Amino acid sequence: MSQRLAKGGRLIDRTKPLTFTFNSTRYTGFAGDTLASALLGTGKSLLGRSFKYHRPRGLVASGVEEPNVLVNLGEGDRLEPDQRATTTELFDGAVAASQNHWPSLAFDVGAINDYAYRMFPAGFYYKTFMVSTWAWHKIFEPIVRQAAGLGAAPRRADPDRYEQAYAYCDVLVAGGGVAGLMAALKAAKEGKRVILAEQTAHWGGRAPVDGGEIEGMAPEAWVKKTLEVLGAMDNVRLMTRTMVAGVHDHGYVIVYERVADHTPGDDRPRHRLWRVRAGVTKVATGAIERPLAFAGNDIPGVMLASAVRDYIVNWAVSPGEEIIVVTNNDDAYRTALAALKAGLKVIAVLDARPTANGPLAEAVKAKGVRVMPGHAVSKVRGKSKVVAVEICKQESAGEVVEVLGCDVVAMSGGWSPVVHLYSHAGGKVLWDEAAAMFRPDPARPPTGDKAQPIAEVVGAANGALTLTALCAEAGLAGGAEAEAPLAPVWVMPAKAKDKLKFKAFLDFQNDVKVSDVQLAAREGYASVEHTKRYTTLGMATDQGKLSNINGLAVLSEALGQPIPQTGTTTFRPPYTPISFGAITGEARGEIFQPLRKTPMHGWHETHGVHWEPVGLWRRPYTYPRAGEGHRDSVNREIVNTRTNVGLLDASTLGKIVVNGPDAGKFLDMMYTNMMSTLPVGKCRYGLMCSDNGFLIDDGVVVRLSEDTWLCHTTSGGADHIHAHMEDWLQCEWWDWKVYTANLTEEYAQIAVVGPKARMLLEKLGGMDVSKEALPFMTFKEGELGGFPVRIYRISFSGELSYEIAVPANMGLALWEKLNEAGAAFSAMPYGTEALHVMRAEKGFIMIGDETDGTVIPQDLGLGWAISKKKEDYLGKRAQARVHMTDPDRWTLVGLETLDGSVLPDGVYAVDEGVNENNQRKVQGRVTSTYYSPVLNKGIAMGLVKHGPSRMGEVLDFPADNGVVIKARICDPVFYDKAGEKADV
Amino acid sequence: MSEMMTGAVSPLNGKTIATGFATVAEVGLKGMVSLRADLGSKALAKALKALGLKTPAPREIVTEGGRSVAWMSPDELLVLCGYAEAAGVATDLEKALAKEHALVANVSDARAMFTVAGARADEVLMKLCPVDFAALKPGEMRRTRSAQVAAALWRSGPEELSLICFRSVAGYVMGLLEVSSRKGGEIS
Amino acid sequence: MLTLTCPYCGVTVEETELYPGGEAHLKRFGPGSTDAEFESYMFARKNPKGVHFERWRHAYGCGKWFLAARDTVTWEVFGTYSAQTPEPPAALVATIKQKRPGWEGWK
Ligand SMILES: [Zn+2]
Repeated sequence: MSQRLAKGGRLIDRTKPLTFTFNSTRYTGFAGDTLASALLGTGKSLLGRSFKYHRPRGLVASGVEEPNVLVNLGEGDRLEPDQRATTTELFDGAVAASQNHWPSLAFDVGAINDYAYRMFPAGFYYKTFMVSTWAWHKIFEPIVRQAAGLGAAPRRADPDRYEQAYAYCDVLVAGGGVAGLMAALKAAKEGKRVILAEQTAHWGGRAPVDGGEIEGMAPEAWVKKTLEVLGAMDNVRLMTRTMVAGVHDHGYVIVYERVADHTPGDDRPRHRLWRVRAGVTKVATGAIERPLAFAGNDIPGVMLASAVRDYIVNWAVSPGEEIIVVTNNDDAYRTALAALKAGLKVIAVLDARPTANGPLAEAVKAKGVRVMPGHAVSKVRGKSKVVAVEICKQESAGEVVEVLGCDVVAMSGGWSPVVHLYSHAGGKVLWDEAAAMFRPDPARPPTGDKAQPIAEVVGAANGALTLTALCAEAGLAGGAEAEAPLAPVWVMPAKAKDKLKFKAFLDFQNDVKVSDVQLAAREGYASVEHTKRYTTLGMATDQGKLSNINGLAVLSEALGQPIPQTGTTTFRPPYTPISFGAITGEARGEIFQPLRKTPMHGWHETHGVHWEPVGLWRRPYTYPRAGEGHRDSVNREIVNTRTNVGLLDASTLGKIVVNGPDAGKFLDMMYTNMMSTLPVGKCRYGLMCSDNGFLIDDGVVVRLSEDTWLCHTTSGGADHIHAHMEDWLQCEWWDWKVYTANLTEEYAQIAVVGPKARMLLEKLGGMDVSKEALPFMTFKEGELGGFPVRIYRISFSGELSYEIAVPANMGLALWEKLNEAGAAFSAMPYGTEALHVMRAEKGFIMIGDETDGTVIPQDLGLGWAISKKKEDYLGKRAQARVHMTDPDRWTLVGLETLDGSVLPDGVYAVDEGVNENNQRKVQGRVTSTYYSPVLNKGIAMGLVKHGPSRMGEVLDFPADNGVVIKARICDPVFYDKAGEKADV
Repeated sequence: MSEMMTGAVSPLNGKTIATGFATVAEVGLKGMVSLRADLGSKALAKALKALGLKTPAPREIVTEGGRSVAWMSPDELLVLCGYAEAAGVATDLEKALAKEHALVANVSDARAMFTVAGARADEVLMKLCPVDFAALKPGEMRRTRSAQVAAALWRSGPEELSLICFRSVAGYVMGLLEVSSRKGGEIS
Repeated sequence: MLTLTCPYCGVTVEETELYPGGEAHLKRFGPGSTDAEFESYMFARKNPKGVHFERWRHAYGCGKWFLAARDTVTWEVFGTYSAQTPEPPAALVATIKQKRPGWEGWK
């Protein structure tokens, strides 16, 4: 029976009781408790069930390595699954529930799996997949899905706020134990900028629990003094509740601060993800105690020896009253001493080593405790709670020599340095045979941009497992009791029979046993990485903190080769799980990603706009009125524009100025057309290709002056076309005198389109916009209605059209004025869909519709826009390649259905026969397809093999539901073929 | 000139948020002239002198008499001035550099400018920009990234940072600054 | 996430402020070149395990392209230099040769 002890508890404040609920029952703990210590303090030991066999599970550890007690924490929109009870600080009103059981923790139907363990051997999933896909889908998957899964996912949006921050330092110390404090103090005194991060809420690590002396002081006093010194230094940032998650290349370190987990709802960001650039990371992450593999080592009440004494010393809770310690080393004797000091009973110490007479063992013996060298656990008795231990000789198959009653088994298989951070960016570890552990290889650290080490390891993480070794490493006086060497014992007893190995767990969370790893070895798995995946060892949310080394040792033994030859596992960030909220940071809701707005954005919003995303821009798709569907409003906008006048917000159009004595020569390289010959004041439609020949952008180029051109690009293309130009200028033709400037956002641009466009502009007044003063494909600067403007006579609709550029800050005012003045001419705004339909009616191509990165201008009948005179332009050489000049390339044509319906987008025209893959041959596809309200029928463009020479031919387009649509090849210009409407 | 400025409104019309641990504000209309030229040119030095300024060193921003000029790249400067005078400044610079290969553009309307003010101003931008603010000196122009968009920032006062971004993302940047300066988010 | 020093700004920036541009020192082949020449320019790229010359653009800064020599395995950066450099500077090549005696050279 676990309980709160009457005295002690260095981390709890008994004057501050806190109320919490677990599985709907209210309990009380104290300020300073973790959820784990508070639960133990209520007398609970069965706290969860395992993932695969649903076996009863209790706490094994006291820190981040805890594999079993994961809870659903919080309720409603603050529900969070898989929270480790050992790292959850208790707060008033905390609500937690156990996971992985149905219908209740005490009675779990899934526990039947436990009796069927022979049906779930290592590689269960792999083997099941191999049976048949039918069996997997129909039988196994539904059952596995029902039984699997840890916590419940929250269903509502997270109400908390998260953020990220950047930090820079010379030295980042990961771990606020004694070694970390020593490293931080040394660096700080050298004047370095230091960040010291400790994952728990407390400084000092294990030393205050384990005892000893540093510089003549008890560890606790030394920690306090050192913190005072560090706290007074400007060059040091001290951070608790802050876990160093990963060390990456060039000293980039991800650090996870749990700002307000313990104070929910206090208006602070819950988590903060630090993106630290550190000169060097001092890895002072300590070590983690290893369990021992014996039968029944997962029964609640079997715990790590260090965890038992942590709970006693830190939180004054004991997992029971009668303790048996089982160990292969001296350190575990400290647990016996701590238990005795707290008034608990230590029944025996089973020491797997032949002798046990180090100072710690002698101290335990002196208190009258029975120490049994050469002995081991054969099997732990109990179901949901330890009741006794069957004892055997370590060098045996498990024959029971004695049975002793107890309610706690404190086990220790030695310690593994936490080398994760050293390994993340490529640091190597080596096997220390004497100490039976992997330790960092100082000769092979992770390196940075100058080949310098970016991580160094200190303290227990470096294999300095005792306070004596750690003080010696730091050059300080101090230490603790001497310890005799451990024996590398992984499995108990040494020759355990199968029956015992079936219940000897390596990975508690994923239910991987000694027998599973041995089976994997027999089935030919020789690589530890493959074995991990086959058995799922170390692949649970704890990432094998307790199981990796033990599993590796068992595999090595089974393969009959030393541990280093079997390999090490790869450590990957994050060290412990971090929240999605922290990864997301500020990027959610309105600022999930940048939303680019034109100056008229707000106006569109208040006028019923339906938006279309175009890159990061939002453009009006259409402006539906009351009672209109989108199709209705699009049709209305088209008809009105073609009949009266329409207004389009064209501000997103790219506008790049190119200037200099070599600007003409440069643009001749950029465009397939000749731009150097464009007269000043004129506009010319141009095509841009990559040097691989494919069409990447199009737009109207304007010659502003003798040495200055303005290049319009597509809305999505402004930034990358500007970058494309700069790339060629900087990296290929750097001796050419050309400057570019991306002025896209300097101007709002408004297209005034339709037969009444001129009348509207004349009403605003200030400029002569007649055909004579401002002919088609020219531009003019001046003042329109009091606004400084530049007007281009260009048309993407086939109508009389003026595109007006005005300084962006005045864009809204001009737009409003045009709408207001336009009322007399039935002016209406129109959106991108109307724009698309009108350009398709005119047979104009659209980048991204007619092009897809594999289309060259020649495919689109745009040969007229390709200069034959130029020796070179980007794409010219590529367009001469065999495949590009193939007469069988699909070419642009118009398509009209025989029944006037609208072709589905993207459908293929089929051909006779099948290809080498037995698929129906195709001979073309639809690239743009719309309903034309002006022509009252469907219109389309497409790329068709030998298209232009097959006018009038009818093609078959199979659509989704088996229907074949017939469409005739025609001229892609459907509206105003003579082009009389624009040039008026 | 004033007539020609009918209805000019800055992207966020001077929006200010003073409820956080630092005050964030869009500064309203601001004149900006982009200049690409040979930065070693004597004509350029002379033209800047006429504005009361001098050619800045790499990554420097020079402020004098309400105007500033910042180094933006090895062949690009940005002149900051009053909104109403920007067109005139651009014309003067163009004239002064008429005989050289240079590109002058009034970009006043293409940008938005913000200030972040208060003793904890740095902490707001620490959350958004991969910049070591402890190493950012007065008079240094830093072009960088603010979350997902380009930004240029500098120390414009003892407890004030200024930041320029593109006009279209002014609302996004204001959102970033607001959430990053919210009370409770102080970095202790 | 790597850091590189922009040779124009003199500031060390992180990868998120940069835009990668692939292999450096390519020679463009245009009209008149053979199919083999064009193929080598357009499609053939080195993918060395070790010393590599790359193009990077200081996209969130000065906007300029620059070149970097680095080790693709160890992430050591040997140097950054102006994009207006037809071949790696001799001093840089010498440094790399000293650090990587087995390196076959940049071509
Ligand atoms: Zn730069």
